[in-house]
Amino acid sequence: MKNIFLVLKREYLVRVRKKSFIVMTFLTPILIAAFYGIIVWAAVGSFKSEHKTIQVIDESGLFKEKFKSDKNTTFELISGSVAKVQKQLKGKEDNLLVHIPADIMSRPNGLQIYAEKNIGPMLKNRIEKVVQQGLRNIKLSKAGITQQVIEDANQDVDAQTYSLDDEGKSQSSSTMAAYVAGYAAAFLLYIFILVYGAGVMQGVMEEKSNRIIEVIISSVKPFHLMLGKILGVAAVGLTQFVLWGVLTFGVSSATQTLFGFNRFTATEEVMKKQAEQADPEVKKEMEKQQNNTLQTIENFSKSAQSLPLAKIFFCFLFYFLGGYLLYSSLYAAIGASVENQQEAGQFTFPIMLPIIAAIVFAQLAINQPDGSLAFWTSMIPFTSPVVMMARIPFGVPAWEIALSMALLVLGFVGTTWIAARIYRIGILMYGKKVNYKELSKWLFYKG
Amino acid sequence: MSHILEAHDIVKQYATHRALDGVSLSVPKGCIFGLLGPNGAGKTSLIRIITQISAPDEGYVLFDGQRLQPNHIQDIGYLPEERGLYKKMKVGEQLLYLAQLKGLSEREAMDKLKVWIKKFDIKTWWTKSIEDLSKGMQQKVQFVATVMHEPKLIILDEPFSGFDPINANLIKDEILELRQRGTTIIFSTHRMESVEELCDHIALVNKSRIILNGSKKEIKNQFKENSYSVSFHGELGDLPPDFELITTKDSGESLQQATIRIVGDATVNQLVGNLINQVELVSFHENIPSFNDIFIKAVGSDAPDESK
Repeated sequence: MKNIFLVLKREYLVRVRKKSFIVMTFLTPILIAAFYGIIVWAAVGSFKSEHKTIQVIDESGLFKEKFKSDKNTTFELISGSVAKVQKQLKGKEDNLLVHIPADIMSRPNGLQIYAEKNIGPMLKNRIEKVVQQGLRNIKLSKAGITQQVIEDANQDVDAQTYSLDDEGKSQSSSTMAAYVAGYAAAFLLYIFILVYGAGVMQGVMEEKSNRIIEVIISSVKPFHLMLGKILGVAAVGLTQFVLWGVLTFGVSSATQTLFGFNRFTATEEVMKKQAEQADPEVKKEMEKQQNNTLQTIENFSKSAQSLPLAKIFFCFLFYFLGGYLLYSSLYAAIGASVENQQEAGQFTFPIMLPIIAAIVFAQLAINQPDGSLAFWTSMIPFTSPVVMMARIPFGVPAWEIALSMALLVLGFVGTTWIAARIYRIGILMYGKKVNYKELSKWLFYKG
Repeated sequence: MSHILEAHDIVKQYATHRALDGVSLSVPKGCIFGLLGPNGAGKTSLIRIITQISAPDEGYVLFDGQRLQPNHIQDIGYLPEERGLYKKMKVGEQLLYLAQLKGLSEREAMDKLKVWIKKFDIKTWWTKSIEDLSKGMQQKVQFVATVMHEPKLIILDEPFSGFDPINANLIKDEILELRQRGTTIIFSTHRMESVEELCDHIALVNKSRIILNGSKKEIKNQFKENSYSVSFHGELGDLPPDFELITTKDSGESLQQATIRIVGDATVNQLVGNLINQVELVSFHENIPSFNDIFIKAVGSDAPDESK
């Protein structure tokens, strides 16, 4: 036991002191924060567009008062021939011509926009919307519907979903929040297992190719050495996970206090900017939209709070350790059996296959968290950590989690046993090309 | 108890190959024991059983009178032929780590290391990575790692490889000093001159069996052929039938050399008496076989392996 701890300690200290670990651990949260910052900045910044002058030739005479100028756009109702104005547009990048033909009522796709350059979808949308709404209102009025009714009819629908808990009480839930949480947890687990499993393999291969292995195992039992190494690397993984959590929280709250906004007000900011430059018709529409979005965000954060965060966190730790132990012991066995990276490739592939399959199953499970595929793949120990993490935010019956965890424990005990038997022979075997037949023989060698 | 280590009828079978076939041997306390043998004879398999890296299929090993058990690891130091250290680890941390694996506390390890640091003058290496040291320096660190926990038994597999003559001498002196302090050393090598110089006892392993085992003197006696080298002036005539003239050589300036073997019951004095009657004797000494000769002779005359 003491030796396992000594090996663990060495493994942990050597890895935690590595430059790559320090850089990765401290840079990743900053990168995430910076990425978020760039998105917000880009969203806010992109609306400071240049001033546009839009000339409108309205042959139908229906849209005299409909186009409203604002800070960034000036609408000019002009008369004259389209061909003549077209010529004047040459060389004026910020000028546009909108031609509304006389028969717009009967032929709505007769609307034409001329510009020297392609115009952005936002602006195109805006012009189209004005014309569309104008036409609709005229047609509805003609059918005897008053303006009041038209405005009343513009209502939006957003479904609130509720999940029933064990006592049959309904709980507000948002599929969106569960979706995001499930996917993030599954993906993080997938990355952790792959990265740290490969780390264990590298470490074992290093000991073998350095030839220090013979010195070490004249003091430590091979199984203790393997276990110490695996646990040491697990501790490194947990350290990184916790540091990421703390740092991400720290950095994001620091940015919030520094720049005086949080992510919700930032979204609001973007919307305000958008609304400012719109004409009142569109503005109203946008304000409504904005309220909707804010409502959604509020719902999201409310339902994110309703997610069983403590449960997710606990399960993440358990499935990380379980999945990691399962795979890393196999990685250790491979590291012990081969002598170089190329040889390792042919053996790591069959191990990576179920991990990759797991992330695919996880994506399917997110869309159908209670399907039979989701159920079975979250029971099989090779895929269960990743798939189960994707399902848990949607709510999984306790017995399923318990069964899956028990199977996972059995799974990693099994793989560790197999791995240990291959490992103890492999680490002392040099100059021999191994294949699966050879490996299976090692399982039954006596000490 | 006069033996630090006794192996009894050890058998180690690999899939298609029997690496050790009924090997028994006893290593007296406080000696330097040469474990010799051609490549692939089974030396490493035997060493791995003693160091508990692997277990015998049959037979047993006594260490200091007790059946070999895990806590004996602390009393054994092992320097494998294939050396290795963690390349990126600092010298000091590495030595402390290896000492702790042998059961020392960090503090004990530190105290013991201080002596070796001084002796080998390696203080300035303490914070260097192993990969920044020369090969010879790495070997020194590895030697320290092998002996620092003051084991009762030290197993050295080709300890001089990779050392320049000065450092090889330093290591040799350390080995002799360790013996003086009562440590037993098992010494596996192909360099017969160091066997000649250092070993008190030897065992020769060939084809998974021990074919020679005993003290240096016993083995030499076993292999000596009662032959003598003589140099003299003058003409050597016929000798009585008890004495066989094997070679004669003219080494110039009228000096002659001859190798003569005593075949019958005649004594050395009788041979000398015969010689001084005929020639003017310059030198006379017994031909004692070198370990090199013994090695070649013993391995060469061992029954050829039919499986090969």
